[in-house]
Amino acid sequence: MKAITTSTRPIGQSVQRPNPSLKGRGESLANYSVNTKGRRRKGSIWRWIFQLSTMIGIIALLALLLNIINGAFGYAVLEAKVDPATLAVNGVPLEEQSKGQLIDVLQSKLSSGAFNKLERDQPFAERSRANVYQLVIERLVKYDIKASWPLWDSLTHSGEIKATFARDYPNAQLRFISWFTADFVSRPQSSEALTAGVRTAILGSLWTILFTLLLAFPLGVGAAIYLEEYATDNRLNRLIRTNINNLAGVPSIVYGILGLAIFVRTLEPLTSGELFGLVDPTTANGRTVLAAGLTLGLLVLPIIIINAQEAIRAVPQSLRKASYGLGATKWQTIWSHVLPNAMPGILTGTILAISRAIGETAPLVVVGASTAISFDPASPFSKFTTLPIQIYQWTSRPQDEFRSLAAAAILVLLVILLSLNASAILLRNRFSRRL
Amino acid sequence: MMEQEKKRNFTTSFRRQSTGLRGRRRIGETIIQALLFLSGFVSIFTTIGIVYELGKEALLFFQMPEVSILESLTNAQWQPHTGNFGIWPLVTATLMTTVIAMLIAIPLGLGVAIYLSEYATPKARNILKPILEVLAGVPTIVYGYFALMFMTPLLRSIFGRDVVEIYNTASAGLVMGILILPLITSMTEDALSAVPRSLREAAYAMGGTRLEVALQVVVPAALSGIAAAIIIGVSRAIGETMIVAVAAGAGPKFTLNPFKGAETITGHIVRISGGDLSYDSIDYNSIFALGLLLFMITLTLNIISQRIVRRFREVYE
Repeated sequence: MKAITTSTRPIGQSVQRPNPSLKGRGESLANYSVNTKGRRRKGSIWRWIFQLSTMIGIIALLALLLNIINGAFGYAVLEAKVDPATLAVNGVPLEEQSKGQLIDVLQSKLSSGAFNKLERDQPFAERSRANVYQLVIERLVKYDIKASWPLWDSLTHSGEIKATFARDYPNAQLRFISWFTADFVSRPQSSEALTAGVRTAILGSLWTILFTLLLAFPLGVGAAIYLEEYATDNRLNRLIRTNINNLAGVPSIVYGILGLAIFVRTLEPLTSGELFGLVDPTTANGRTVLAAGLTLGLLVLPIIIINAQEAIRAVPQSLRKASYGLGATKWQTIWSHVLPNAMPGILTGTILAISRAIGETAPLVVVGASTAISFDPASPFSKFTTLPIQIYQWTSRPQDEFRSLAAAAILVLLVILLSLNASAILLRNRFSRRL
Repeated sequence: MMEQEKKRNFTTSFRRQSTGLRGRRRIGETIIQALLFLSGFVSIFTTIGIVYELGKEALLFFQMPEVSILESLTNAQWQPHTGNFGIWPLVTATLMTTVIAMLIAIPLGLGVAIYLSEYATPKARNILKPILEVLAGVPTIVYGYFALMFMTPLLRSIFGRDVVEIYNTASAGLVMGILILPLITSMTEDALSAVPRSLREAAYAMGGTRLEVALQVVVPAALSGIAAAIIIGVSRAIGETMIVAVAAGAGPKFTLNPFKGAETITGHIVRISGGDLSYDSIDYNSIFALGLLLFMITLTLNIISQRIVRRFREVYE
């Protein structure tokens, strides 16, 4: 094959007098041979155009990534509501105080109600010093972001930024903030940009994906087995096949509307947990993790079916024949020979479906993701928010600091997707080695 | 007859002896087959569910006193609180973003596909294809952020801040074009590489240059696949939601200026359902009517693309 490719190239390029019939259109032979140079020039121009469009695609990807990184780091002007220096006890600055001293500061400055609430959330005896310090910063110092700059400006125009800062914000401090940190991943959601994190959203995504998988994996693999191993070529089965292809092309937001009608409204007793006596019927609400997971399950079902079908089709026929030859029934053959061999392919397809589901936003907005919840989801019947929903909400806010949070959350999402896809590729490689 | 019966009896009794479990197994097999059939049938239920639920609520929407089908086709305003339900502002915005997206995605997508399939060395292809696949795997909300934080400032610095509004259909459409580019590329490339090598060799033997072979032999032979790719791309653009929800603007406006904000069908659904939507309100019913419209459009486009592939595909042995 390779030899043919290399040998055809020189022929195409070095022909001196091409056959006029290829170009045709009434040109005479004389005219035509003169044109060889022009044709070659045209060829190289177009080649350059094709290369350029490929480059544009790659540049777009680079711009996308750089734009996100650009947003996730940079200078910000922080103005404290209470100057940390005034919170010093006996001349010991805030940063060097012990946990006990910090608790005293909190107790003296906060109202007793607010202090007791903190104690009730988690007793101070159990909190770490870092946690108490963060509480002091959050509740007493209360940094306010006056201005912020993206990474590129922070690097190239740091002089101007410092000048603006010195001129306009005399009582504030300028800090280089990395919005994308380990802390950001482990902190719960908050309405304050500086203390907001994505833990709530990540846990919400995980809970949702769990139910997506519980619905879509067995159904999807079952449907694929039926279509590949059992279905004869009759009208009903053809309808099922065409239908699956069509469902794969339905816009995701339509699934959201379907989920709203079926899982949130019609099946409210089930999805709100009322059926199990977990919530009061009067306050029952079907906008839960379970409803979201099931909606996404329907959405990724066609993807799982199509990928599983391909994996099952790739299992060689000889394996099935050998199994039948030994007297196995159809299901025994499928269960102990076809499925184990198709499993890496099925799992690869499932991982791809999961990464699709993790990135979905629109259907979940329609199903009714909560706008601001700061507590982690604890059961299938919890209200939910997910990582893409959080990104959407932060992006929609006009303040720059929330856009920075959105950029950092996007980085978290991309890291998750990248590791999922890497595991899919590893599986695929193992699969191709085995067969 | 008798003999056959005997023979069958003999074989079954023989098998029963050898495995001893055949009768029971068969019931299990039937149950399993029925379960598998049911899971295959879930996809049919999903379609029925979509048509039934969307149709039911859409019917309720059109039965409301404020709404009439005729009015929604002639009115150029969509303002639920004043009782104006003209579909056109949403449709024009959807069309605008789709057209802009396709203006980007079709030429670039075809160019990339032709380059990858006809020009690139296997080594280059092995590097470039995964990169483009990454582009396809990025969630659409990320593209929304990109449109708002990169494309809009870029457009504003090129055309001027007073010409380009912060929220505009142009930046949403351009970024949507980048989103659809890998889809068109991969489908077109599949179609191009399905054209048998012998056709190319014959054309080279006739003295065609690489460009002439690509554009006058390979592309026409793969035309049905390319057309299908474009139609799927259009269908995807119409149904695309998060980019327009973030970057195209809120509030249905009847305008054909791509630098002004406008709301597409999908963008409107997302904005309306963002809050706690109360059941059976006119807003609640209207998203079902709009969803039904979206479903019909995309379904028609998908079916057309499948028909094109089936009917016009050149079959080479």
